[in-house]
Amino acid sequence: MSGTLAKLQRMADQIALNFTAIGKDNAVLATADHIAKFWDPRMKAAIFASDLSILSPIARSAVENLRAGHEPPPQTGATEFNAVDEVGHSDAG
Amino acid sequence: MGYEPQADFGTPESRSDESVSLTVDGREVTVPVGTSVMRAAREAGGDIPSLCATDSVKSFGSCRMCLVEIEGRRGTPASCTTPAEAGMVVRTQTPRLAKLRRGVMELYISDHPLDCLTCSANNICELQDTAAEVGLRDVRYGYEGANHFAKSPDLSNPYFLFAPDKCIVCSRCVRACDEVQGTLALAVDGRGFASKISAGQASDSFLSSECVSCGACVQTCPTSALMEKSVKQLGKPERSVVTTCAYCGVGCAFRAEMKGEQLVRMVPWKDGKANRGHSCVKGRFAWGYANHRDRITSPMIRENIDQPWREVSWDEAMRFAADRIAAIKAEHGPRALGGITSSRCTNEETFLVQKLVRAGFGTNNVDTCARVCHSPTGYGLSTTFGTSAGTQDFDSAEQTDVFLVIGANPTDAHPVFGSRIKKRLRQGAKMIVVDPRRIDLVKSPHIEAAHHLALQPGTNVAVLTALAHVVVTEGLADEDFVRTRCDWDEYQDWARFVADERHSPEFLETVTRVPAATLREAARLFATGGNGAIYYGLGVTEHSQGSSTVMAIANLAMATGNIGRPGVGVNPLRGQNNVQGACDMGSFPHELSGYRHISQGDSRKLFEDDWGVALDPEPGLRIPNMLDAAVDGSFKAIYIQGEDILQSDPDTHHVAAGLAAMDCVIVHDLFLNETANYAHVFLPGSSFLEKEGTFTNAERRIQPVRRVMEPANGPIGQGLEDWQVTQLLANAIGCDWNYTHASEILAEIARLTPTFAGVTWDRVIAGEQLQWPVTDAAPQGSPVMHVGGFVRGKGKFVVTEYVPTDEKTGPRFPLLLTTGRILSQYNVGAQTRRTANSTWHPEDVLEIHPTDAENRGLADGDMARLASRAGETTLRVKVTDRVAPGVVYTTFHHPDTQANVVTTDNSDWATNCPEYKVTAVQVTPSNGPSEWQESYAEQARRSRRIAAEPAE
Ligand code: SF4
Ligand code: SF4
Ligand code: SF4
Ligand code: FES
Repeated sequence: MSGTLAKLQRMADQIALNFTAIGKDNAVLATADHIAKFWDPRMKAAIFASDLSILSPIARSAVENLRAGHEPPPQTGATEFNAVDEVGHSDAG
Repeated sequence: MGYEPQADFGTPESRSDESVSLTVDGREVTVPVGTSVMRAAREAGGDIPSLCATDSVKSFGSCRMCLVEIEGRRGTPASCTTPAEAGMVVRTQTPRLAKLRRGVMELYISDHPLDCLTCSANNICELQDTAAEVGLRDVRYGYEGANHFAKSPDLSNPYFLFAPDKCIVCSRCVRACDEVQGTLALAVDGRGFASKISAGQASDSFLSSECVSCGACVQTCPTSALMEKSVKQLGKPERSVVTTCAYCGVGCAFRAEMKGEQLVRMVPWKDGKANRGHSCVKGRFAWGYANHRDRITSPMIRENIDQPWREVSWDEAMRFAADRIAAIKAEHGPRALGGITSSRCTNEETFLVQKLVRAGFGTNNVDTCARVCHSPTGYGLSTTFGTSAGTQDFDSAEQTDVFLVIGANPTDAHPVFGSRIKKRLRQGAKMIVVDPRRIDLVKSPHIEAAHHLALQPGTNVAVLTALAHVVVTEGLADEDFVRTRCDWDEYQDWARFVADERHSPEFLETVTRVPAATLREAARLFATGGNGAIYYGLGVTEHSQGSSTVMAIANLAMATGNIGRPGVGVNPLRGQNNVQGACDMGSFPHELSGYRHISQGDSRKLFEDDWGVALDPEPGLRIPNMLDAAVDGSFKAIYIQGEDILQSDPDTHHVAAGLAAMDCVIVHDLFLNETANYAHVFLPGSSFLEKEGTFTNAERRIQPVRRVMEPANGPIGQGLEDWQVTQLLANAIGCDWNYTHASEILAEIARLTPTFAGVTWDRVIAGEQLQWPVTDAAPQGSPVMHVGGFVRGKGKFVVTEYVPTDEKTGPRFPLLLTTGRILSQYNVGAQTRRTANSTWHPEDVLEIHPTDAENRGLADGDMARLASRAGETTLRVKVTDRVAPGVVYTTFHHPDTQANVVTTDNSDWATNCPEYKVTAVQVTPSNGPSEWQESYAEQARRSRRIAAEPAE
């Protein structure tokens, strides 16, 4: 488990670091939004249950907020998905 | 009906909007301005005999066969070089013309062996046709004089031959190589009677020349001088079916020319707008793998992976798989199950696999290989533009003035599009290449890039930010465009950010190693040189900052006003044939088809109502997360269709550990691939020639895939297309699916996916060129996106901070490894390695700069050990200054090399797309395979054993 947990922590920090440029408060929201939209439940549970003190401050606040049940509305174009009958948007890889 | 070659109109189509009317043999014809008299006559349903003209290249006017009479003009002008003019009165068949043409024909035939009955072009020869048209009855010159009969053929190319005695020196091949392919490999040597065609130097054979075996010359040759060896062997085809290449994302349309169920040849279909009649060596020739003896044709199972395989019936295989899945689900819950869809398979097949996982398994653990290539494109472009599909069609390149190619190598990885770029460059467009390696677009015959920014791998964001810095600080931004089309406040924030001194090219030069002056000039050229188009590939996405780089690209395009019209745009060059489609079909764990998040209640309900099941509202695992979870013991079973994750995914040791930890690995493929070494169930697949469905290419063009032969995975009449196999598995685990043809799946896709609303099987197979979205508002589809406004209102500028990768060089690993592809091989090579394409690339080699090689005592051709923090392998060295000092480069087409043993588990921050393009390595001389290679080869051999048929 520890190898995976270390990866999750690194991922959370990496996400936070790449949002840093938009300012701390926004970065916390965007990081939380990102994790909520793209992580599977066991990944979320694992990081919620871990020692958050080793995370960077932005990642840490984001995870704390999520753990407390505060999932922010979409923060970036990438987390604003198409509505049920909408055309456009694409995640194509 | 029978076989007809595709019509040849003699000269290329004119795309002018204006038209002219003329009279040809008493019939009124209206054609676009710029059309030749020859083409006008042929479009009107008539014909003019010709030899040196063909519609893929400009007319040349050398054979004098196509003479016509035009009222009011003296003489008999050549119709292929005479443009149609308003009011012209043309006569194509008169006694005078007949006599002239017969005379010309006699000369040709006197130097041509008349062994028509045994010639491979018999009945598909334009020389024969023309002789018939001119009514040749007699040859007065006799055949005794000097001739070219005795010349022996050049058989060096594995796929086609050159028979000089059959050559009429029409130069169509030379012009096709120059104009269509852009390789300039052929020349006419000598003059008059002595003239002959040669590849490169007079002493060169086709194989040793610059020829890239695209087949353009063969397609254009009027005789059997250049001919597919398969036609020589099998004879003339008897029918043809239009289908789509299953290799790369260009999506070339082909005519599969058949004899019964035997494919005789694949010939590019001129009406396909992706390729407009051109092809590359893969799609044109490398289809032999479909009949390769390595094809597995029976389902197989085994209790554990140490045992040999046991061939069983479909029934038994499905029962075995279903029992394991049910047991795992009962013990560990549905989230212990998952699947991987394939970008090689059709939209319909991909859609069914994700449906099986979501509706059958009851989890969203489904992902696709786009994870490891273009997922950052999805993230980056949807953030900035609101949709991540490429913004242009390929035709758009014809109107581009400045190309900016970043981290892509189109002439190798997307060859047909590469040829179109080269064509545009020869017309005068400019090229800027951003790549650590000197790719062919930097310099090749008649082409030279204006600038090559040979950056240090891993510094894409820094280079793009520096380019933006120059655009903003030198006042080159298109502020009018930005004000009307983008969010102005966000633009100003971004402009302030990039204008900061620490983003100047001078400041960043130490990081990027790109000379500041060069970078400034490149920025100026892109911003002011007219229509600027950005094309990028995996050299952008496969980095820890892949998503940020994509956003930086989008920022640059918006700031310079290069979005929303032909000739400009942001264009991801997709790797595999159906990457676009796999993504559209809901292959990602967090979203349903049409890019709707799984947590949205109304989107889920649409599918739940249609499918009659409840769906999990939580996103599932991505491929790397699945492997982590497998090692941890919470992920137990996987169904993998048409993917070889063990070879294609990074950090091979970790992939192997993840697979080995699972209780049920189901591999569905043509061959026992590397992943199958860890599988318990093997389901034999069907090739693209054996099934029906659709692929979606990089331009969002939805194209047909047609079944021209029986699937090889069963006795006659019982072969199964891949979607049928998925359906068997679904029904074995309790679903009740009853699809009888891929078109029914397509109908379901259209019903559930707004962008596909107007797509039907009938429209696709009728050859309609549909680019999604195909809706009520755009019934014919949408070639260019974001015309007049972004799909989601205003374009967004996103500040992208350069964050260096964690992968750093140091004393132990002083070099940076970057990876790529080569023309003749495709991805993990499962198909191309099983064809004669291996003639060109029998093994992966490591490119290293002369200085680095010398420091290590390595010479060209030596074996070297390549080691990183993750692992090591050995491969042969190629010493070349294509790579900069400090950088080494290799491909990952061969399993014996397993270049991914050395790549690490670093990944893109937003999407987990692996960082293939940057690995710190050391290279040292070696005299044998690494320990891993040896133990791997042994393990692979053991796990591929198939038990002998048990006695009944
Ligand atoms: S090889 Fe064919 S296309 Fe080339 S010059 Fe000879 S006849 Fe013409
Ligand atoms: S196959 Fe293509 S590259 Fe080779 S000579 Fe013919 S046109 Fe040129
Ligand atoms: S591999 Fe790509 S470029 Fe080559 S024929 Fe196929 S689709 Fe076209
Ligand atoms: S076809 Fe017109 S001159 Fe040859």
